[in-house]
Amino acid sequence: MSIPTNLKYSKSHEWVKSEADGTVTVGITHHAQELLGDMVFIELPEVGKTLKQKEECAVAESVKAAADVYSPISGEVIAVNSPLVDEPGKINEDAYSAWLFKMKPGNTAEIDGLLDAAAYTALVESEDH
Amino acid sequence: MLKMTPLNQTHRDMNAKMVDFGGWDMPLHYGSQLDEHHKVRQDAGMFDVSHMLPVDIKGDNVRDFLRRLVANNVDKLTLPGKALYSCMLTPQGGIIDDLIIYFLSETWFRIVVNAGTADKDVAWMMKQRDALAPNLEITPRRDLAMVAVQGPNARAKVWQVIPGSQTATEELKLFQSAVVGSYFIARTGYTGEDGFEIILPASDAPAFWKALHAVGVAPAGLGARDTLRLEAGMNLYGQDMDETKNPLESGLAWTVDLKSERDFIGKQALLDTNVTQQLVGLVLIDRGVLRGHQQVVGEQGGVEYTGEITSGGFSPTMNQSIALARVPTQIASNGEVNVVVRDKKLRAKVVKYPFVRNGKVMV
Repeated sequence: MSIPTNLKYSKSHEWVKSEADGTVTVGITHHAQELLGDMVFIELPEVGKTLKQKEECAVAESVKAAADVYSPISGEVIAVNSPLVDEPGKINEDAYSAWLFKMKPGNTAEIDGLLDAAAYTALVESEDH
Repeated sequence: MLKMTPLNQTHRDMNAKMVDFGGWDMPLHYGSQLDEHHKVRQDAGMFDVSHMLPVDIKGDNVRDFLRRLVANNVDKLTLPGKALYSCMLTPQGGIIDDLIIYFLSETWFRIVVNAGTADKDVAWMMKQRDALAPNLEITPRRDLAMVAVQGPNARAKVWQVIPGSQTATEELKLFQSAVVGSYFIARTGYTGEDGFEIILPASDAPAFWKALHAVGVAPAGLGARDTLRLEAGMNLYGQDMDETKNPLESGLAWTVDLKSERDFIGKQALLDTNVTQQLVGLVLIDRGVLRGHQQVVGEQGGVEYTGEITSGGFSPTMNQSIALARVPTQIASNGEVNVVVRDKKLRAKVVKYPFVRNGKVMV
């Protein structure tokens, strides 16, 4: 599966989409779900919570393992994808539409500092070899 | 260099996700571990278990040797083809391995042991043989492959594939086996479903696997094997028990014969032991996933007790998390305990396992 070029990525395998209204949407990448396998449990952050960049903020568990999700940037959680909690398998079906939460960025410079698709592709390839 | 079973290339051809499992290159899943799990509960799936090792013991009075070697009583094996589950113990009562013994004749018994313990098991058996019955011949059979076909439709699918097998195996009860040509077919398994475990020449394994696939048996990997055995409440060696644990504190008292006069290695230690721990089942009440090594905290009569999860995970059949946990004997079934998951205490119900048998939830 190709890595979408309109998104930014963290080294810890979260994707970040900048929305037109200045907010960002966060999820975990296709590569991350592939490593984890069938997802069975998602714990989302609380709306209103202020997160620091790289702070543990959600949990994604598969049949195989539990993985912490780290906030790719600092900011406030303004929405969470609650239906995902009952259907964690949606992440396996399409990791880039099964978003976890939306944030109001605290510092937009952090978004610019994330990996672009080419850099993230290189990261994934280096982990595969 | 990872060890490979005779089906290694076959798994790769079927797009298996391969993993290092105790030094063996084994299939974890072929796409979705959950789908494979459900397929076994509802229809039929097959597992390559060729990493496990059949060990043949041949010669006069094999039975006498086994009376001493293992904790269960081989005198229960009266009918040729009958199988017995047992632990093999250290003199201190610790579990060297759990295994299945097949009685083929008075001069030929076959023992199937776990992959990770195979070398130490064979060394232990040979050491005991040298001391107790030097005339016996012990032969590890790496020339054989093993395929477990499991599920409500598993036996019927096998009958479609092995000519003449239906007549020979239709009447087999659980834990009985029969030989059909070059196939050794046993009505045993590690999933809580009906089915067969089949031992066959390594060179025949790929064709057999493909023939089963052609009649609709789904390939299933180690991932599904683990969730199925956990639901079935079956211990996994190295997780739920090892040489530091005895069978009485591992939910395996039913496999130990302490009543007969027979002496076996580890018997005296078990008679002398004061059993303070037990394995119980846990069903998570709160949301989350139980995992091995998480701490269990329970209370009985105002006193707090702690224990540890030995195997935990998500039960695809129950759609919630379950676990086996080693806890003090004071903690009673049907009570509630807390499990420490990350920084939270989650509530779990203490149950008698198995959790699932023959497609039905039992707790």
